[in-house]
Amino acid sequence: MRASLPITIASAALLAAMPLAAAELSPAVVFDMGGKFDKSFNEGVWNGIERFKTETGVKYREFEVTNETQREQALRRMAQRGADPVLGIGFAQAPALEKVAKEFPETRFAIIDMVVDLPNVQSIVFKEHEGSFLVGALAAATSKTGKVGFIGGMDIPLIRRFACGYVQGVKHGNAKAEVLQNMTGTTPAAWNNPTKGGELARSQFDRGADIVYAAAGGTGVGVMQAAKDAGKLAIGVDSNQNHIHPGTILTSMLKRVDVAAYNVFKTAMDGTWKPGIQVLGLAEDGVGWALDGNNDKLVDAGTRAMMDSLRADIIAGKIKVHDYMSNNSCEG
Amino acid sequence: MDEHFLLAVLTLDATLRVATPLILCAMAGLISERSGIIDISLEGKMLGAAFAAAAVAHVSGSEWVGLLAAVLTGAMLSLVHGFACITHNGSQVVSGVAVNILMSGLTVTLGIAWFAQGGQTPGLGEAERFRPLLWPGTEALREVPVLGTLYRELLSGHNLLVYVALAAVPLVWWGLYRTRFGLRLRAVGENPEAVDTAGISVAWLRYRAVLLAGLLAGIAGAYLSTAQNGAFVRDMTAGQGYIALAAMIFGKWRPVPALGACLLFGFLDALAVRLQGVALPGVGEIPVQFIQALPYVLTVVLLAGFMGRAVAPKAIGIPYVKER
Repeated sequence: MRASLPITIASAALLAAMPLAAAELSPAVVFDMGGKFDKSFNEGVWNGIERFKTETGVKYREFEVTNETQREQALRRMAQRGADPVLGIGFAQAPALEKVAKEFPETRFAIIDMVVDLPNVQSIVFKEHEGSFLVGALAAATSKTGKVGFIGGMDIPLIRRFACGYVQGVKHGNAKAEVLQNMTGTTPAAWNNPTKGGELARSQFDRGADIVYAAAGGTGVGVMQAAKDAGKLAIGVDSNQNHIHPGTILTSMLKRVDVAAYNVFKTAMDGTWKPGIQVLGLAEDGVGWALDGNNDKLVDAGTRAMMDSLRADIIAGKIKVHDYMSNNSCEG
Repeated sequence: MDEHFLLAVLTLDATLRVATPLILCAMAGLISERSGIIDISLEGKMLGAAFAAAAVAHVSGSEWVGLLAAVLTGAMLSLVHGFACITHNGSQVVSGVAVNILMSGLTVTLGIAWFAQGGQTPGLGEAERFRPLLWPGTEALREVPVLGTLYRELLSGHNLLVYVALAAVPLVWWGLYRTRFGLRLRAVGENPEAVDTAGISVAWLRYRAVLLAGLLAGIAGAYLSTAQNGAFVRDMTAGQGYIALAAMIFGKWRPVPALGACLLFGFLDALAVRLQGVALPGVGEIPVQFIQALPYVLTVVLLAGFMGRAVAPKAIGIPYVKER
């Protein structure tokens, strides 16, 4: 008994030291349906926090939601285990995050794509309509048939915002152009159904479209494959998807979720983290369009200049892009 | 007019593409169930085969090796199902559901372990997929009105597996109704005691039936991941195995009516895609939700109103125990 006393003291000291080490920073992220390798929205977040991990050496906890009932559990488990900040990805996590954030008022939470109005929550939303307007204008300038398509994931106001901005961009480029629109489904399964996405894309090609814009998470993989098979063009979303099929992806509407996710962790580490709402648009480089070695042959110099001036006009307020979510309608 | 005709033909073309996995799975289920073994596991077999096809096609660089792997996977899962419910008289429904759950998890787990892309397989190149086959004379007939369009869009230009699915229907019909094996297969599903009394092994007959089912479901899986799409994605079967099962019951466990049911489901799906967001004269734009519910609503209406009684094979679901 006497011999074990020093060991007891040592282990007690070790235990006492543990919370200190943990207090450093233990961020956590809860991905949404579609999974962290959806090559799009969730993968963008993953890229951002991986960058944070390599730069700072701080590890993070993660969870991939594969079933709607897991969101609340996952967020609560993270908070219970002392994770801080806890980052929820996607609009659908808002109700769960709101509930859990109230239970853990000391823990910092952040959510991307939705607003949760609580003193310990940072909400990051994007002006997807502005970025979609730009790629719409590019589609109108590139289309030979005067018909372009849009394929959304789940039919929700957020995706309608993408569609609405895109339509405005297309009409700005070519007032006579026609935009065919499809939504993949009305349940979260619509984010991960490439077969359906491919079939929707083919149906739009059959009706004369030659460029489709997919704002559909993992479903977009099928859309881009169908575009490649049919020899047409596709526009990617969220992450830079130009590399998936070089020469087929006209551009990608960038939504810098990677930067947003990185900043949540980074500011929490620096102590500059603030609750409240952040709205990221063209002016903040929160959205944009992708031009790289995989698609520079598809966009000529004149078109590039046009895109630059459009971007400047939107930032300056000379072009007003209507936001679907401001009145739940694409008119106004 | 021409444009509308072309759109109609293209809708039928899409019907074939969408119905292909349904047809293959319905035929698989039909063979198995006619021998008295319920096959809920079509979904799981198709999913496992889709993963095997995409993974092996990627590694080997050949869609044919992928197809072989898919067929073997389907057959292997059938053996698991058979071992549980033919050899050990287990519940066929429970065993089938077990296969479905197993495959839903195992494909993703293996995918993460092997390819580290979150359970997806890497995208397949042109040479690793089943590409559309252009029939001879497509170009020559281009100018012929109606027939040229039909030939070019509807008959020609599908990948090989679509034709395999269409050929499977008469083959299954012939096998079931015109061969000795088929007669015995049907008998074992209706009255296994009689077959046993005649000195024929019930278990061996049923094993052959589930193996054939596994083979067909395997082809369906390969179609999903190496022909229709270019990669395996988590849970990519999206319930098509169950829809095929419904189509088979809808077709009263007979090949040709089952084909009709599969084509109907495929057509409704293709039509739903095309009706979305289109303003119909006098009606206006139809809500997405309604369009997407349409195939299911029609199924219920057709099942309740027009089908009449569906009589399942008599011995279905009952393990055969030899009398002591």
